[in-house]
Amino acid sequence: MNRYLLKVVSLVIGFAFLYFPILTLIAYSFNDNKRVMVWKGFSFRWYGKLFQNEQIIEAFVISIKIASLSATFATILGVMIGYSLTRISKIPARPFFIFLSSSPLVMPEIILGLSLLLFFISSNHLIGFPSSKGQLTVLISHITFSVAFVAVIIQSRLSSYDKNIEEAAQDLGTIPNKIFWKITAPVILPSIISGWLLAFTLSLDDLVVASFTTGPGANTLPIVVFSKVRLGLSPEVNALSAIIMLFVIMAAIAYYFVNRSNIQK
Amino acid sequence: MTLLSAHGKVSPSIFLMNNFLRKQNFWFVFTPYFWLVLFFFIPLALIFKISISVSEWGMPPYRDLLDFSDGNIKINSTLSNYAFIFSDPFYLRSYLNSLSLAFTSTLICLLIGYPIAFYVAKSKESTRNLLLILLIIPFWTSFLLRVYAWKVILQGSGIINAILMKFGIISEPLSMLYNHYTVVLGVVYTYLPFMILPLYGYLVKFDLNLIDASNDLGARPLRTFIRVILPLSLPGIIAGSMLVFIPVVGEFVIPELLGGSDKLYFGKIIWQEFFVNRDWPIASALAMSGIIILVLPIIVFQLMFAKYNFKNE
Repeated sequence: MNRYLLKVVSLVIGFAFLYFPILTLIAYSFNDNKRVMVWKGFSFRWYGKLFQNEQIIEAFVISIKIASLSATFATILGVMIGYSLTRISKIPARPFFIFLSSSPLVMPEIILGLSLLLFFISSNHLIGFPSSKGQLTVLISHITFSVAFVAVIIQSRLSSYDKNIEEAAQDLGTIPNKIFWKITAPVILPSIISGWLLAFTLSLDDLVVASFTTGPGANTLPIVVFSKVRLGLSPEVNALSAIIMLFVIMAAIAYYFVNRSNIQK
Repeated sequence: MTLLSAHGKVSPSIFLMNNFLRKQNFWFVFTPYFWLVLFFFIPLALIFKISISVSEWGMPPYRDLLDFSDGNIKINSTLSNYAFIFSDPFYLRSYLNSLSLAFTSTLICLLIGYPIAFYVAKSKESTRNLLLILLIIPFWTSFLLRVYAWKVILQGSGIINAILMKFGIISEPLSMLYNHYTVVLGVVYTYLPFMILPLYGYLVKFDLNLIDASNDLGARPLRTFIRVILPLSLPGIIAGSMLVFIPVVGEFVIPELLGGSDKLYFGKIIWQEFFVNRDWPIASALAMSGIIILVLPIIVFQLMFAKYNFKNE
């Protein structure tokens, strides 16, 4: 009984701590007062304002565009790395390759951002590319730091499944290309999807690296939000948080049911 | 030249296949290799180069390392940037502040996160999946907005102050924002899921019969925890601690939004040197020494730990 109580108490306190700030923010997004914290009455006023705010809408579109492109490229490169490290024995300077593909995981964002910015400026001086900082430079940076995360996911999946299946197919005379697409790819498909989703979230969430590498016309959503909340509170950002939370919760519920029906099968 | 496969059977297509395989493998290795050298390694090398350059007015604001102007090569390299940051206690203090922030918050995350992960992992399967989803939701929610939420809550007119005043505990609002305690709170809050999820991953694989076995053999609960559960969840503890410690060392956003001027952190100093003072060589030297002091030990530790894990398997 005592132990049961301990369990319930730690779970309740833990989850209350995780959810209290988010729920408070959502509650205040319906506050009809310009001063965020003084309650005046229930309204959708800030949601209206949010959808009229062109700066936020534009930033949202840019963020989604960069995140989906970056996730796609990072997934392709990440699959290549995961495959190389588990299936190809002859990699020139293999330890260096491992270093390159894993150390972005432990590199503080601020150092990555700084190094990429200095690189873009120097390469612009030397060969004129990239011609200016903007969406392209943010995209390149996001791909670079997401690749390592995708590679880790793919690598752990590839090293845990039975290599003999591929070897059997090879002995039966299957073309390597076909082996990859018919056997390896379907097996790692769930990992590819979770890798893509992780890369997408990483890009959508990134403020530091994007702040360094952005330029005119490439203000992502976190950059705009940060500039709005840096010095004070913003009721529009409260409304934005509530909408994002709604999406996340819906995605989580969908995931829960898909997962459950998979288990039942 | 052999047309025999590894298993000794002759295969007519084997030569063609190997050729194809070699081509495919080449591109699979070459493409990410090239990308990472170009956009990860060269930028890091560039930081190193600028960190040993002499700073000067102009664009770019440093002198070239090699100077060919007089017909003979002159090397303009200096360690003075490093000497400067290590002689000024201001920079040293910011490193120490960042390290102590990372250490404190990792410890607190572990203390809060372990019981949650443990009890979620030990629940019945139906409750467990639901609780897991509840753990993942904050993880997916924007990091920036979760930090901002605390700024809203802790305001002078915020909800905490309102509750405390309503119950007569305080008579006027406390100023809870903009000090290093708020920074720790913000860090613990945003990084807690990073601690819980890997811990959960190890604890859920854990065989509950081991606890019963230990109890049956007469160990008391605390002893069971220390001698059985803790060692078996050690990889999870290390993985979770890494996921919290490493990014927190370079954290810039949380101190900027919730912190005050009482403590300066490594991430913010680099930001200021680069964007405010426009001193590229100093900013690069800071980043470089950050890599050497903070990141290299972690990489070495990880390699050692990977070896230890490998031996134990």
